[in-house]
Amino acid sequence: MSAADAAGAVLSVEDLRVGFDTRDGLVQAVDGVSFAVAPGRTLGIVGESGSGKTVAATTAMGLSRGPRVRVSGRVLLDGEDLLDAAPQRLRALRGDAIAMVFQDPLSALHPLLRVGAQIGEAVRAHRPGVSRAAARARAVELLEWVAIPNAGQRVDAYPHELSGGMRQRAMIAMALANEPRVLIADEPTTALDVTVQAQILALLRRLRDELGMAMVLITHDLGVVAETADEVAVMYAGRIVEQSPAGELFAAPRHPYTWGLLRSMPRVDAPAGAALVPIPGRPPSLIHPPSGCRFHPRCPYVRERHRSEDPALEPLPDAPGHRVACLLPEAERRVAWARLATGATPAQARAAIEPAGEEGRV
Amino acid sequence: MLWGIVLLALVSLLTFVIFYVLPSADPAQLRAGRDASPATLHQIRVSLGLNRPLPAQYWTYVTHLVFHADLGYSYFSGASVGSLLIDRLPATISLTLGAVVVWLLVAVPLGVISAVRRGTWVDKLTTGGALLGVSAPVYWLGLVALYLFADDIGKWPLLPGAGSYVPFTDNPGKWFASLILPWLVLASTFAAVYARLLRGNMIEVLSEDYVRTARAKGLSERRVVWRHGLRAAVTPLVTLAGLDIGLLLGGAVLTETVFDIPGIGRLNYDAIIHADYPVIQGTVLLAACFVIVANIVVDVGYAYLDPRVRAA
Repeated sequence: MSAADAAGAVLSVEDLRVGFDTRDGLVQAVDGVSFAVAPGRTLGIVGESGSGKTVAATTAMGLSRGPRVRVSGRVLLDGEDLLDAAPQRLRALRGDAIAMVFQDPLSALHPLLRVGAQIGEAVRAHRPGVSRAAARARAVELLEWVAIPNAGQRVDAYPHELSGGMRQRAMIAMALANEPRVLIADEPTTALDVTVQAQILALLRRLRDELGMAMVLITHDLGVVAETADEVAVMYAGRIVEQSPAGELFAAPRHPYTWGLLRSMPRVDAPAGAALVPIPGRPPSLIHPPSGCRFHPRCPYVRERHRSEDPALEPLPDAPGHRVACLLPEAERRVAWARLATGATPAQARAAIEPAGEEGRV
Repeated sequence: MLWGIVLLALVSLLTFVIFYVLPSADPAQLRAGRDASPATLHQIRVSLGLNRPLPAQYWTYVTHLVFHADLGYSYFSGASVGSLLIDRLPATISLTLGAVVVWLLVAVPLGVISAVRRGTWVDKLTTGGALLGVSAPVYWLGLVALYLFADDIGKWPLLPGAGSYVPFTDNPGKWFASLILPWLVLASTFAAVYARLLRGNMIEVLSEDYVRTARAKGLSERRVVWRHGLRAAVTPLVTLAGLDIGLLLGGAVLTETVFDIPGIGRLNYDAIIHADYPVIQGTVLLAACFVIVANIVVDVGYAYLDPRVRAA
């Protein structure tokens, strides 16, 4: 457990496993994930689509309960386990103590109900005493808070009458209607224009600071995480493969998958001439995950032993807050990243750490 | 609006062609009796205007209709077609609107519940019932209902049977009682179709992102299903209901015939039996009017129900 998992955490997820029974077998979407967030802090969860990040979040909210869903582990909100909370209790906490913002506000907002009505409903669901008129007034106030101009008129708009950015602001206003202690934002900027993305992220940071709430920011975009998160967890095939304070993750990443993510996105601080390198292959099957290290079929640094041995998420000797699930020796990882960071290709980085005569890549 | 008028003109022309050009029976023959002399037949033809060229007949019909709101006179009873239609309309309206209420009251809860409890016995029972409702023809179902429950021939004489229709203005109680069986029979097919449709829509809607959002807000499951889910799933059904109402107002021929309800459908049926062309023309035009009006109402109503259409 890292430093953030200390007693101060408002949300802590412990060894969460989520599987879906399908005709083809059990899809183990989340396979032993643990993380924690403290008030006022942001945890970024990064991964490709299919890495389990969204399932982990919706399960934490109790939104993926169903007859074909297998869940184990614990999701503690202020010490209360949400996974075995009664439906009534869960309903009372959802949208009140813990809230969620979804990826595409156009499909996540009800197309036939006015924005103000949808926000007011979130208020009244948890405060039955609030009158319709008061809920509407609160909706206007919330829309102003998320910086929607002409909130008094926009409150009566339908979602399709707002721009993408406005819609996401309205969605955020709805999530924050009851000033939650935890906000889970699932790809909140993915469906938006780049210029609007920055505004929404700035808004989320401001609201997090004003409310002192803990935020879990789920994204496939390391750039989003770099701007907003205090701590980052990188997920691959249902597991966390690397977790560290945000600054350190970008300065000294230690997992080949993280390297792949970093090298496959454009960076202003990249060395001149360094080409973008995509990660080869596709995300693995979650019904029959690869043996050994799950990343080994796509890893440029794979060795024979990695095909059978499953690495655990372990702290680095010199940085206990930084944990990695990789079988490469730390000294070699350090050398490899040093090469990659200066623009070397993965093949060159591998050559630098490959001892002569070693079996190497097959 | 314009296409509605064009459509009406086409419908009138088409019915004219079908019945006057390709007659199923000779109206003069039917009026004159079996052993009428050719002179009598000719005289009847002249008095009905049937000896004139067909385009002239059609032209007369259309000009009378457009300039005098005159639909002609029944060959059979001699009454004006307009007054016949007005006399028969209340019964058809009573039958239609009552049936609509019944089938929506049955279909909406069944559709929603079978969508929410997919695969359970409620769902399976609804599916089976729907299959029965769809495959049973109305005239058969109507006769079965009469044999079981009609107070004259029924095994359990609980309700007024065929021919018991009383206008609402005469006796509301009897009006209601006499229509219970026809309402149930007419509604059964529609209820089955609507329940299945709504079930499909609901299943689709309940997997939408905005339903997940509603749950994430902490709304009760009842509110999620009945407000957020149903609101979106019912919209296409309202459209369909509008069109079906338009269709039925033109006369539920089978139901009205089986239960001997003096409505537009029954009028149409009798007119066909008697080769009463002006009445056939009148009922068909009225039915076409209802369908066209229903289409317009549905278009306007859809814009009201779905704000996204309003913007477009």
